[in-house]
Amino acid sequence: MNNTEQIKKSLNKRYRKEKRFRFLSLLAVLIGFACLFILLVDMLVKALPAFIQTEVKLDIHFSQEKLGIATHFDPEELQNANFRGLIKQSLQQLFPTVHKRSDKRAMMRLISVDAEYRLRDKLQAEPHLLGQTVQIWLLVDDDVDTYLKSDKQFGRVSQEQIAWITELEQQERFQKRFNYWFFQTGDSREPELAGILGAVMGSFYTLLVTLLLSFPIGVMAAVYLEEFAPRNRWIDFIEVNINNLAAVPSIVFGLLGLAVFINFFGLPRSAPLVGGIVLALMTLPTIIIASRSAIKAVSPSMREAALGLGASKIQVAFHHVVPLAMPGILTGTIIGLAQALGETAPLLMIGMVAFIVDIPQGATDAATVLPVQIYLWADSPERAFVAKTAAAILVLMLFLAVMNGLAVWLRKKFERRW
Amino acid sequence: MTTNIEQKVNETWGQPFVDEAKISIRNMDVFYADKQAVFDVNLDIAKHEVIALIGPSGCGKSTFLRCLNRMNDTIPICRVEGDISLDGENIYANEMDPVLLRARVGMVFQKPNPFPKSVYENVAYGPRLHGLALNRAELDEIVVTSLKKAGLYNEVKNRLHSIATGLSGGQQQRLCIARTIAISPEVILMDEPASALDPIATAIIEELIDELRKNYTIAIVTHSMQQAARVSQRTAYFHLGRIIEVGETSQIFTNPQHELTENYITGRIG
Repeated sequence: MNNTEQIKKSLNKRYRKEKRFRFLSLLAVLIGFACLFILLVDMLVKALPAFIQTEVKLDIHFSQEKLGIATHFDPEELQNANFRGLIKQSLQQLFPTVHKRSDKRAMMRLISVDAEYRLRDKLQAEPHLLGQTVQIWLLVDDDVDTYLKSDKQFGRVSQEQIAWITELEQQERFQKRFNYWFFQTGDSREPELAGILGAVMGSFYTLLVTLLLSFPIGVMAAVYLEEFAPRNRWIDFIEVNINNLAAVPSIVFGLLGLAVFINFFGLPRSAPLVGGIVLALMTLPTIIIASRSAIKAVSPSMREAALGLGASKIQVAFHHVVPLAMPGILTGTIIGLAQALGETAPLLMIGMVAFIVDIPQGATDAATVLPVQIYLWADSPERAFVAKTAAAILVLMLFLAVMNGLAVWLRKKFERRW
Repeated sequence: MTTNIEQKVNETWGQPFVDEAKISIRNMDVFYADKQAVFDVNLDIAKHEVIALIGPSGCGKSTFLRCLNRMNDTIPICRVEGDISLDGENIYANEMDPVLLRARVGMVFQKPNPFPKSVYENVAYGPRLHGLALNRAELDEIVVTSLKKAGLYNEVKNRLHSIATGLSGGQQQRLCIARTIAISPEVILMDEPASALDPIATAIIEELIDELRKNYTIAIVTHSMQQAARVSQRTAYFHLGRIIEVGETSQIFTNPQHELTENYITGRIG
């Protein structure tokens, strides 16, 4: 047997091996895609109800005596005016047969607690409505909302309430509309009022602090370690510890934040500032490691070219090496920030898990973040929060997608220059 | 025979010294950690001459060249001993600033390494770095003059602001030369500047080197003996970290004194 025959014999085997390998790789990719697809579809389907809200149309008579205010009222007076009474009156007109006190209370529970504030805002904006009867769309309570959305299968509604809901439905007093409210408010105990904006802003401020701290520190550390540091035991020790830091469980960073920043330095609790600092510590190793490999990958000929022209070390680093390494540095930074965005555990330790209704106006206001909000809602008993949780997850993923898109765009932008 | 050669390599044959030296090297040893790469080199480089450094691969000629503007400082394990002076100043003295030294002794590398910026920015980088131009007009002037001196201006005058890495290899190398002469160094070190180029580009570079000799002192490392013969006035032959023989280029190539030199240039070793 000569060589050619020998090779021919082995060829079939090699090709089979290649085919098998290709098939398995393709399978792996498909499984990955399928999982992602299932996750996304499941989330979308579950989240859909959260984006729709049921409203009920009531005939509200802005009665001066019922409200207990003067004809030319002061805006101050509206704070204590009895708007709840107006709703009660309107419902009584719709269902005149209801007399029992407990039934009346059950009837009031059909409407969201927010309704009276909407009426107040309405009157404040249009004072001429005083004494007139207006048809107004008001939010229904989440139990009613859930009952209607689930084709009358779920929702904590009593037999009497079901009868009233059916009556209102026959009068075509319900409408479903896009839940813009969800994107405009903070958290609430009432699912129909709970919104994502507080958590989004909390995440935004937290990430901003994280970025402002971890990016410059991380890049500087990487530049120093790669370009300036002498090769000695100290530097080796630092390198090993940076790598170890990347493997420290995140809850430990939370404890550190609690002990050092809150207890020792007295920074505010639950604030994005502290959350951002803690997450910056967590993100640093990621950024340093990614930046170092990006810097290492810059061709030594670039350094030589600049050195040969009489550039000092620092000029070589900042005129040439860092700009050339920037795409890699940015990718590492965005990966680190994406990790930080999804982090919950350390933030629990510094009090960002609190129930916070207000939308934070700055990095020192109490706030929560998206993943913690998801955790809080997932933990809530009301069925309506299931959809809210899924919706919050979608928002979080959208946030991530935007960040990754930004990373790709920045990469392209910086690469094009070279 | 072998023993004969070994005895003879310990001293440099020919004329290593000149009257008006730009750079003079005395008893230079270079070590990479414990390994010695250059042994007891003595050499003068005269003003406005082109000196070619030839020798087989790994003989220490690039190491030697890179010591002349302290490029080897960047290699932590590299240690240079002996006396190297530029116009009588010891370049390894503490008072000598390596940044200033490299501005006076420029370098062109084996592989063209333009910055991934525009042609203009590449040439303007050095003058900007050292503040050689007071305003934009002066900078433009320097850039154009340098490109003209490097024989590149006519080819790139319409694409001064397009990216330099889009030029051909030969153009890139001439751009690197233009970049080097933009800061008017006194000496230019060239480490196999034409080894990555085709014969036509090589010929252009060689003509350029001959032209540059009027204003600059040039030391060129080359693997091509024809190139050494064409561009240089003096040639030094390196062998295993030592300079075996130095002399007029014509003499080295026609009448080498040392057996090793003869073996190399006739193609028996190397």
